[in-house]
Amino acid sequence: MGILEVKGVNKRFGGLQALGDVNLSVAENTVHAIIGPNGAGKSTLLNCLVGKLIPDTGSVLFSGQSVLGRKPHEINQMGISRVFQTPEIFGDLTVLENVLIPCFAKRDGAYRLHAFESVADERDITAHAEQMLRDVKMWDKRDMLARALSRGDKRRLEMAMCLSQHPKLLLLDEPTAGMARADTNNTIDLLKEIKARGDITMVIIEHDMHVVFSLADRITVLAQGTPLVEDVPANIKGHPKVQEAYLGQAHQAH
Amino acid sequence: MLGLSKKDLMFLMIVTALTLAAPILLNPFPESSALAQFNAGYPDLMQRIAIFAIFAVGFNILFGLTGYLSFGHAAFVGVGSYATIWMFKLLSMNILPGILLSVTLGGIFAYLIGFVSLRRSGIYFSILTLAFAQMCFNLAYSVLTPLTNGESGLQPELSDPRILDAARAGGTVATPNLFGLGMNATWKVEALGRVFQFNAGYYVCGVISVLMFYLALRIFRSPFGMMLRAIKSNQHRLNYTGLNSRPYMLTAFVISGMYAGLAGGLLAAMDPLAGPDRMQWTASGEVVLMTILGGTGTLLGPVLGAGFIKYFENIFSKINDTVLHSWFSFLPKWLEDICVAIIHPFVGQGWNLTLGVLFMGVVIFLPGGLIEGGQRIGRLWRRKPGGNGAPSAKNAAAE
Repeated sequence: MGILEVKGVNKRFGGLQALGDVNLSVAENTVHAIIGPNGAGKSTLLNCLVGKLIPDTGSVLFSGQSVLGRKPHEINQMGISRVFQTPEIFGDLTVLENVLIPCFAKRDGAYRLHAFESVADERDITAHAEQMLRDVKMWDKRDMLARALSRGDKRRLEMAMCLSQHPKLLLLDEPTAGMARADTNNTIDLLKEIKARGDITMVIIEHDMHVVFSLADRITVLAQGTPLVEDVPANIKGHPKVQEAYLGQAHQAH
Repeated sequence: MLGLSKKDLMFLMIVTALTLAAPILLNPFPESSALAQFNAGYPDLMQRIAIFAIFAVGFNILFGLTGYLSFGHAAFVGVGSYATIWMFKLLSMNILPGILLSVTLGGIFAYLIGFVSLRRSGIYFSILTLAFAQMCFNLAYSVLTPLTNGESGLQPELSDPRILDAARAGGTVATPNLFGLGMNATWKVEALGRVFQFNAGYYVCGVISVLMFYLALRIFRSPFGMMLRAIKSNQHRLNYTGLNSRPYMLTAFVISGMYAGLAGGLLAAMDPLAGPDRMQWTASGEVVLMTILGGTGTLLGPVLGAGFIKYFENIFSKINDTVLHSWFSFLPKWLEDICVAIIHPFVGQGWNLTLGVLFMGVVIFLPGGLIEGGQRIGRLWRRKPGGNGAPSAKNAAAE
């Protein structure tokens, strides 16, 4: 059984069937990509995994435990971190503080009254956060306000924040959307590095096929809320159903 | 030392020194000069500045760090005041039990009100806190008259049981004291043509306000304070980072409620009379003004704002037409009348107009409050010799 098991998930928004009977099994320490044309339900699926949306029917199990009905912070504490489509960071805090917060969350849990300790005295946590910034090559920007970063750097920072918690499962929602080619390649290199460590499972939603085929171990193609195919990348490329889904969309677009 | 960095320790030392020397520093003009009325070194005003500084520093822990604007903090001040007076009535005229009870009750009330109000954010949170505070005001004003003595206010009386020290006081109501040291005890020193008044009540308020400032400084530098700033910056991200923002908010709300309760207790300890108007929404609005005027989210800002507003309230409201005429008496009679007529609406009863204009000016031109004004001046001054005035995040975060 995989670390993440999605079974028979349905989600309806009024008359629109956003997800129809989605089954997904992600094996531990692999990279699983979910692709599909716009409106296929990729983001809805991801939102069901992190507690932002609750499916109408079906179950989502992480390490054998259900995530449904849990609050976002509880799901994170189970070991799931998420990178958003538009980088979600603490813009008014410095880059280093941005990484310190998830480190504290990992050590102290969802709430702790540490009002009379000094951040500067927490040497272990500070050292870890600083190492994290070195890893993503943002060490020299540690004292900048996070909102002043470029988009690519914001994305790197968000990834550093997620990785600093050593999550078991990392969810990436279009990690290279709107990025310049060079930034995209940097991101791919970073993700490859993380993958090579072999202690993390990743689910990636992505439009950029270059990113998908350089990282994924398995790919699920989603169209109109239902999975069309699930297979290894080599078999996905020439699959007729996939071509149909994407070409069909192209026909509609013109 | 004291769990602070060298820079913060220095900062705290300066604040302590200024607080202790305030009776001297706030009396710069000789008694005989016409400017003597601008002196602020008299006990009543200094006590108020110290007390409202405590109130504003506590309010800033909620509003400045988390960005949640409470419009009902005066309720906690009122609760603190009534609690202290009741301790005066029941136990003794020593201010300590009253102050302890006012902090506790402020915290309990804040927990109850915060528990409900924090279910909403933004304007809905503000409205909920406002509604609760107005409820407290109306309860104190009419329904709970046996507890609060309604409109005329609550004060210690001769017939009170005062089980600890009624016998010792003899036939009078004793003044509030701290183990025998009367709050109105004042040591006057005449020097350099000025009268410096060292008042026991002020030093009690001053020492407590420095302690509270130190506590706020610790909270600002703690992981907890960082989480509160993160709530203001991006609560969504914070929740997805594995932190539950609700208890953090509630803790901040309770801490600021305890600060407000303490301020209320001290107000009653300095002047043992508590009325319901202390809870009215205008009083809640005043602390918002103080915080924004001084600089939201900065450590020193609320202190400056409180000092600024209380100073001008006292000084401007004392200036009447006679004073104005004496200022402009060197001008021809008709010009004198015109000048007085122009300034008249801004002083005396109309000092609120001055405050309004000042507040608008600060919000429009100095969104960071008086602290930002100080920083800009400092930057101008620094740029001239060195030539590098680029503000770094470190500087901005420090104050």
